[in-house]
Amino acid sequence: MSDRNSYAQELALFGTPARRIRLAVALVVLVALPFVATPFLLDLANQVLLASITALALMLLTGFAGLISLGTAGLLAAGAYAVGVLVREAGAPFWVTLPTAAVLGACLGLIFGLPSLRLRGLYLAISTLGLHFVVIYLGGEYEAREVLSTGIMIDSPALGGWELGSGRSWYFVLLGFAAVALLVSVNLQRSRTGRAWRALREREIVASALGIDVQRFKLLAFMVSATITALAGALFAYYRNFVSIDAFSLYLTVQYIAMIIIGGMGSIPGALLGAGFVILFPYAIEAVASFLPARFGNTVFALNYAAFGVVMILFLLLEPAGLMGICRRLRNSFAARSGRPAP
Amino acid sequence: MSLQLVANIIVLTAIYALVSTGYILIYRVSRVLNLAHGELMMVGAYFLVATAGLFSGDPLLALALAAVCGLVMGIVVYLVLMRWMTGEAVLAAVLITIALGILLRGLVILIWTTQQFYPGATFGWRNPSVPIAPGVQISAASLAIVLLTFVVYAGLFAFLQFTRWGVRMRAAGQNPLLAEQRGIRLHGVYAFAWGLSTFTASLAGMLMALDSGVESTMATIGLKAFPAALVGGLDSLLGAVIGALIVATAEIAAIQYVNPLLSDVVPFVVLLIVLAIRPWGLFGSREQLDRV
Repeated sequence: MSDRNSYAQELALFGTPARRIRLAVALVVLVALPFVATPFLLDLANQVLLASITALALMLLTGFAGLISLGTAGLLAAGAYAVGVLVREAGAPFWVTLPTAAVLGACLGLIFGLPSLRLRGLYLAISTLGLHFVVIYLGGEYEAREVLSTGIMIDSPALGGWELGSGRSWYFVLLGFAAVALLVSVNLQRSRTGRAWRALREREIVASALGIDVQRFKLLAFMVSATITALAGALFAYYRNFVSIDAFSLYLTVQYIAMIIIGGMGSIPGALLGAGFVILFPYAIEAVASFLPARFGNTVFALNYAAFGVVMILFLLLEPAGLMGICRRLRNSFAARSGRPAP
Repeated sequence: MSLQLVANIIVLTAIYALVSTGYILIYRVSRVLNLAHGELMMVGAYFLVATAGLFSGDPLLALALAAVCGLVMGIVVYLVLMRWMTGEAVLAAVLITIALGILLRGLVILIWTTQQFYPGATFGWRNPSVPIAPGVQISAASLAIVLLTFVVYAGLFAFLQFTRWGVRMRAAGQNPLLAEQRGIRLHGVYAFAWGLSTFTASLAGMLMALDSGVESTMATIGLKAFPAALVGGLDSLLGAVIGALIVATAEIAAIQYVNPLLSDVVPFVVLLIVLAIRPWGLFGSREQLDRV
């Protein structure tokens, strides 16, 4: 970016007028959306926002720091169960449950991250997979012993006389959380921590030779990512008014990994695009399936699986840089056609 | 511990050992971890459902045909998908196998629905209980799994040790660059390893289908066999047997004495313990870790 010529401009998030205008337009669209959208569309938007938070967290860990984790579903489950258990056992309000979920997430992040001090790459991914099963087992055990049914009901969070129930109010709350997660991610990426993570991702030995405390930054990546993920899990529990361990299968983890691949590994806008794509994809498949013979209509979820697998494979084979890679190429080709140098 | 329990442990060990050969073959040759292995095993079992439907009068033909399909499946997977991942980051290859697993799960339900199938019943086989010691019984199909595991291990050992293709495979695993310079066609070796891997997995899946039927949740067993492979060390066949024994013993003991819900989690707890103490597994070679 050649238009930056002072340190203050480098630090500014929305330095140029063009960026400020773009931000203002985006804000207006985002704020106006819930007033024009149908309840169904609003629910979709809320799901995308919720998924964006987790996708950003995973992008921090895998896209920036290069640490592979298969523990997303387990961490989401931990956050959701922190809410479920506290509400059920103590009737705790949300200003107790959300911080508890965050703290639990941080602790679990530390535990999930510990193997990373000894293990790399695949082995690390597998150890997080093991921890996923442990967390899911603990949740299932609690459900089987204490609840005696599948799932815990959770009342909507309330403050004073005001209850967070409608899709529209949820939209603004989730938008706020997603915006904070986005800001945290952007700032982490641009700061010392983000640079340390990138160095780690490229080559660990070089990073440590540069004086980066490898162990500390690895654990930090896991803890930050897990805290955000557990918070998202807690929000998910409140949003759905219900937690059940069945919701947190390995498939959920795969979906989040797919988000950051399809969006574009290592790119923050990519995480958001990927979240939108993966959340909306099943609805698109459902729409297509309604035109298919009834035989396929009955097994929409299987069609979903198959189509999702195909899309993931196609992205991995043909466009490893994901949707962001496609965007970049389109922009470059437009720029080339109009005679401007590519940005 | 009663003798019946021991028999159950042996059967489960055989299943895990048989399935984990597939993980090891592929990992040893191409350093790729195939997370679609459970799904491929399940598809192998469904091949038997399909061939049993076609040749219900001739079980041997149906079994042989399904086994050949299992072999071809792996080669096709390599040629269509994994070939493009050679030389890419290992992570990308693993992610492709995850995506393949999801695709297969979906396809299996689309083709065969979520219904449970009993190919044994199609053949008119009853799968009787066989007494192997006083008061100890296992099903005939389970006995077949145990015997088949012995045969497969002996066969794989002889194949890798003495045959030309086996030596090529080991060479490709040890040093792909040198192997290729000596004229070994790596793509051929890799494709063959994939074929063998899905072949043994399909055999396991078919026998399990004969024992207790097949439905779309069978893939989970494949995933649970992975800790067995890793406990033994991902590149050691002998290790896989020991690993399978450890995992199966822990699992059956936990189910019997503690809590049946533990069944899914125990293999992964064993895996975590091994990863914490000896990440390269009991019999694996230590240098492998840095390559991952």
